[in-house]
Amino acid sequence: MLIESKPLLSQETKLNNEPIITLQDVSVAYRVPKERIGTFKEYAIRTLQRKVQFNKFLALKDVSVTINRGEVFGIIGNNGAGKSTMLKVISRVLRPTKGRVLLYGTIAPLLELGAGFHPELTGRENVYLNGALLGYDQDEMDAVFEEIVEFSELREFIDAPLRTYSSGMYARLGFAVATAHVPEILIVDEILSVGDEAFQRKCNERMQSYQEQGSTVLIVSHGLAKIQDMCNRVLWLDHGQVQMIGDPTEVIEAYRRSNQ
Amino acid sequence: MNTITKPVYDSAANASPALTEIQELKHYRYLLKQLVRRDIVARYKRSALGVAWTMLNPLGTMLIMTFVFSNLFKSVQSYPVYILSGLIAWNFFAQGTNAAMSGLVWGGSLMQRIYLPRTIFGVSAIGTALVNLLLSIIPLLLVMVITQTTIHLTFLFLPISILLLTAFALGFGLLLSALAIFFPDVAEMYQILLMAWMYLTPVIYPEEIIPAQFMTIYRINPMYWMLKMFRMPVYEGVIPTLQDLWPALAWSVGMLIVGWIFFTSRSDEYAYRV
Repeated sequence: MLIESKPLLSQETKLNNEPIITLQDVSVAYRVPKERIGTFKEYAIRTLQRKVQFNKFLALKDVSVTINRGEVFGIIGNNGAGKSTMLKVISRVLRPTKGRVLLYGTIAPLLELGAGFHPELTGRENVYLNGALLGYDQDEMDAVFEEIVEFSELREFIDAPLRTYSSGMYARLGFAVATAHVPEILIVDEILSVGDEAFQRKCNERMQSYQEQGSTVLIVSHGLAKIQDMCNRVLWLDHGQVQMIGDPTEVIEAYRRSNQ
Repeated sequence: MNTITKPVYDSAANASPALTEIQELKHYRYLLKQLVRRDIVARYKRSALGVAWTMLNPLGTMLIMTFVFSNLFKSVQSYPVYILSGLIAWNFFAQGTNAAMSGLVWGGSLMQRIYLPRTIFGVSAIGTALVNLLLSIIPLLLVMVITQTTIHLTFLFLPISILLLTAFALGFGLLLSALAIFFPDVAEMYQILLMAWMYLTPVIYPEEIIPAQFMTIYRINPMYWMLKMFRMPVYEGVIPTLQDLWPALAWSVGMLIVGWIFFTSRSDEYAYRV
């Protein structure tokens, strides 16, 4: 492997170099039509004229990386560098155009908080619906329901329809459901700037405790300080390619320099 | 590299998407239940009569149709039962396929964020419509009692009719939703097509008024056969003969297989497109 991991001292015991996510020469190409074709008629005509043209846009180019069990792995890069695409490929949303993705553990994507909630249903009903969307079954949700209510601090409102919730309450419930089970791989897209400071601290504590319990955490953020704080290793993506990978301090410094 | 442990997910391993999808769907069966539940509960949450609307709806349509057409189709005995037995089947098909189509477009935003079996929105849409169909059997029985129509033992054939129609609707719904993702116009076109299709199917008028020279056209209409599966045991009180059964069976099995394979073979592209 090209990339050597540099485990931090405190993490040494857990980072046993057992891969949990492996990307082998992964490329993702979006086909962007040169002109939007939305109707049959247009499509038929243009196909006949052989005028359906696509610009190939490579969101990821030959990305290879191995993330080990127990790591807190950060992904940084400018807008459009391919960070979200990389998460999508890892969380099985997109199948790579080229290359191979291997997962050796179950994945719990942190659903953009509240996505999949239904405003007419109660908090309780939404907890079960959201849990089902994340792939859990009834028993698994029953087991953590109390804990979710406790963590989200929404006991009084749990049987009220979600449309009566504030956006902060929405997000709290979303986070509580998404992190109710200790996942093998936890994906965090843009550190959650929701809820008040106290709740944010709670979120961070929970993620930390999961990591201590052996979960692998994947973080994508623009908050470099936070990344430097939390991660063992950082990957810098630029125009879909791996620029640098390794120690957070070094990578972030190089990234900062390039942006000046 | 650790080659001994088997990966939980391998993006390169997808030899038969049609079969993999069945396994995935089985794994997500609780979500299926939740989605059906959500559709039914959320829809009637704010209405006073709630789920009763599922039964009142076909009943209302039946009353209007009876009022408008019973004079026109005097030859039809107990017209309310005739129309209702066809209408519940047609409504199921129209609602289910429409919901399958819009469900995938709606679910598209979710599918860009998390992994879900791609067929789940289509299957849950048909599931919701199926619950509605089962509930609308109650008003059908009620109308039969009120109009003093004999309820034949052949009524028990209905589960088979429902199974056939469900398979057909699912296959067709998946086919439609795959097309609608690539061509949003399909959703609009389908509304017009549905209307034409309904008038080309003996839902509100008796089969006898179809001119003989057009019967060939009717015979290639799958919904003509599906409706027969409902009308024969409920309204006529006879078990469909093999002659009537095999076209319905062929359509439903064929459509399910074609729709399922067509949909799943393209399922990797949806997240790129929606």
